[in-house]
Amino acid sequence: MDAPLPCPAPLSLHVPEPPQRPGSEIDFSALSVPPAGAARRPDTDCSAADMTDLAYDLVRVLDDEGHAVGPWAPALDPDTLLRGLRSMMTVRAYDERMQRAQRQGKTSFYMKCTGEEAIAVAQGMALDRADMLFPTYRQQGLLIARDWPLADMMCQVYSNAGDRLKGRQMPVFYSSREAGFFSISGNLGTQYSQAVGWAMASAIKGDTRIAAAWIGEGATAEGDFHHALTFASVYRAPVILNLVNNHWAISSYHGIAGGERTTFAARGLGYGIPSLRVDGNDFLAVFAATRWAAARARANLGPTLIELFTYRAAAHSTSDDPGKYRPENAGARWPLGDPIDRLRRHLIGLGIWSEARHEALGQEVAAAVQAAGKEAEALGTLDKGPFHSARTMFEDVYKTMPWHLERQRRQAGI
Amino acid sequence: MATMTMVQALNAAMDEMLTRNGDVVVLGEDVGYFGGVFRCTEGLQRKHGRTRVFDTPITEAGIMGIAVGMAAYGLRPVAEMQFADYIYPACDQLISEAARLRYRSAGEFTAPVTVRAPYGGGIFGGQTHSQSPEAIFTHVAGIKTVIPSTPFDAKGLLISAIEDDDPVMFFEPKRLYNGPFEGYHDRPVVPWSRHPASEVPEGHYAIPLGKAATVRSGAAVTILAYGTMVHVALAAARDAQVDAEILDLRTLVPVDIEAIEASVRKTGRCVIVHEATRTGGFGAELSALVQEHCFHHLEAPIERVTGWDTPYPHAFEWEYFPGPARIAEALRRVMEE
Ligand SMILES: Cc1ncc(C[n+]2csc(CCOP(=O)(O)OP(=O)(O)O)c2C)c(N)n1
Repeated sequence: MDAPLPCPAPLSLHVPEPPQRPGSEIDFSALSVPPAGAARRPDTDCSAADMTDLAYDLVRVLDDEGHAVGPWAPALDPDTLLRGLRSMMTVRAYDERMQRAQRQGKTSFYMKCTGEEAIAVAQGMALDRADMLFPTYRQQGLLIARDWPLADMMCQVYSNAGDRLKGRQMPVFYSSREAGFFSISGNLGTQYSQAVGWAMASAIKGDTRIAAAWIGEGATAEGDFHHALTFASVYRAPVILNLVNNHWAISSYHGIAGGERTTFAARGLGYGIPSLRVDGNDFLAVFAATRWAAARARANLGPTLIELFTYRAAAHSTSDDPGKYRPENAGARWPLGDPIDRLRRHLIGLGIWSEARHEALGQEVAAAVQAAGKEAEALGTLDKGPFHSARTMFEDVYKTMPWHLERQRRQAGI
Repeated sequence: MATMTMVQALNAAMDEMLTRNGDVVVLGEDVGYFGGVFRCTEGLQRKHGRTRVFDTPITEAGIMGIAVGMAAYGLRPVAEMQFADYIYPACDQLISEAARLRYRSAGEFTAPVTVRAPYGGGIFGGQTHSQSPEAIFTHVAGIKTVIPSTPFDAKGLLISAIEDDDPVMFFEPKRLYNGPFEGYHDRPVVPWSRHPASEVPEGHYAIPLGKAATVRSGAAVTILAYGTMVHVALAAARDAQVDAEILDLRTLVPVDIEAIEASVRKTGRCVIVHEATRTGGFGAELSALVQEHCFHHLEAPIERVTGWDTPYPHAFEWEYFPGPARIAEALRRVMEE
């Protein structure tokens, strides 16, 4: 047998650790933020190999003064921009109210998307109403951008008599076939390969609709992420694979998911999938990138991976205390700013908006959320009901109820 | 001796084993710096270091595969699945690999992995945070399945699981993490600090795997239960005023057939309780065992009280859950025979 090669030192294991923990100063200085407008915009038929730079760069449109600059600036009409602003503000107001409802014991759980509103809202608007969306629990903005009734969403959060899902799902696990919003699973990542399957089916049938999926950077470690990329690449599926890098998966920073030495967008390159890294707090950049990817998919050019680079400003959920693992108020110091603020400044710069109108819109949105809240609470809350009949618990397990469930239902006395 | 919650007792077991045995490592989603979403591993990383207790990427398949590799090297990994509901991606590594490694290599390689997973309902977790998947694992040859019901047992059983040379599925009833649960959602929860089973000794002690505990002696009927349902069964026996003997099985594989046989032969009646769905549940196995071993001693048909054969609903937990009323009813039924 050969003698073992000399080893200079004992091996040691590298375990990634975030640069800051509770008690330390918030410091985002290591983050390199390229100027807005600098990233190039390739043709939609560009290959993954010819746009590797864009998987490491950051597509940004809104500069620090709120101007839209560079090749990615989408020429959106004022009406679209204002609708985007209103939807983002509605998402934030809705989150606030639902979080309060949870604290008041009216429901068991809630998850906000504070700081990430531009992603779901701009993407929801950039896609066709008929396209199928496969979201995670943090894209409530998709439903709101599609003008889905807030009261209906709230009924789901309350599991009340008006809940179309009959009190079965945890709060925020919405589902609306009519809104093109696929039923949310609590099992991370499962929607990703399903979205690719849906898109492949659409292609098999010669349909014109495309699919879009969302996943958190933490959940990209799940097998489904990789299965989805393989299938999407092999069959050139008409799908947009969105990856929301909000830097934290509960207490684990993005380095634990593999973000220390490469970008998440770069994951797509190995599969031959054109990949973009986009400023997720920039409504215009998100919109433009999504339109670009949608154009590729609709032209039968296949999938695009979009990493949306953002920061989870609030807690992971109402069960989580971020002060235990990261410096307080880190979200407020995020160098890419607040998505609502940035769009507001842009609109004011364009001369189509003002502080006064912004404030009025804030009140209008709050009133709409409040009215929806009253409407939903009239149909019940989790602490008090009313609910659907508990009898409905036995329905929809199978298409027709088998004998043993019928018997169990009678045994339950309902 | 100190009073502990089940969370603290589990933490103490891991702390003890990390201290005693340099081969023990703890890994899983959020278990490191944060100490786990249920706080079971709190402080362990600070005390034992980042390469002994560490956060993993979110991939149950990865966690399980890595744990098998570490075990093959000679470590004793304790892997946490954040919720039992998320164990399915890990199943290939657990069922096809860990469970059979000893067998297929004729003992050359083994996988002494302990897989911890919070399971069960009662916390409004809906259909993806409430399941009791224990029966799936009891059906797999090569894995042991353990479920504690008190802080004392949790520590002693977890120590045994980590010391065991086979892969162990260790299900933790999350409804019991902070206090016993008697199954009445409309009554206040008594904390562990006021419960006799919250006395947990310092240091090392082991409760052998495969041994049941008699948590209530009685002569009229035997109740077989485990995990959260042990406490619900106690409440039901009180409510029904039946002289029930309650066995806490503690280990499902290998199950303590001697204890079951002795008790059912004495009482002549048997009620089996679990919160998992009924069809193909572990209750079916228990019922078959009782029938095989105690048929001539039975004075009434064996009863099963279980969760319904539906996914776990968010709003109707209490209708889903086999609560004291449903168990008491079954007790009265078998007593009528
Ligand atoms: C298969 C699976 N494993 C673990 C969990 C528990 N869990 C819920 S959310 C979460 C973190 C997800 O982080 P990320 O994917 O980055 O999304 P974010 O919450 O940041 O939007 C974890 C570990 C789960 N829901 N499913």
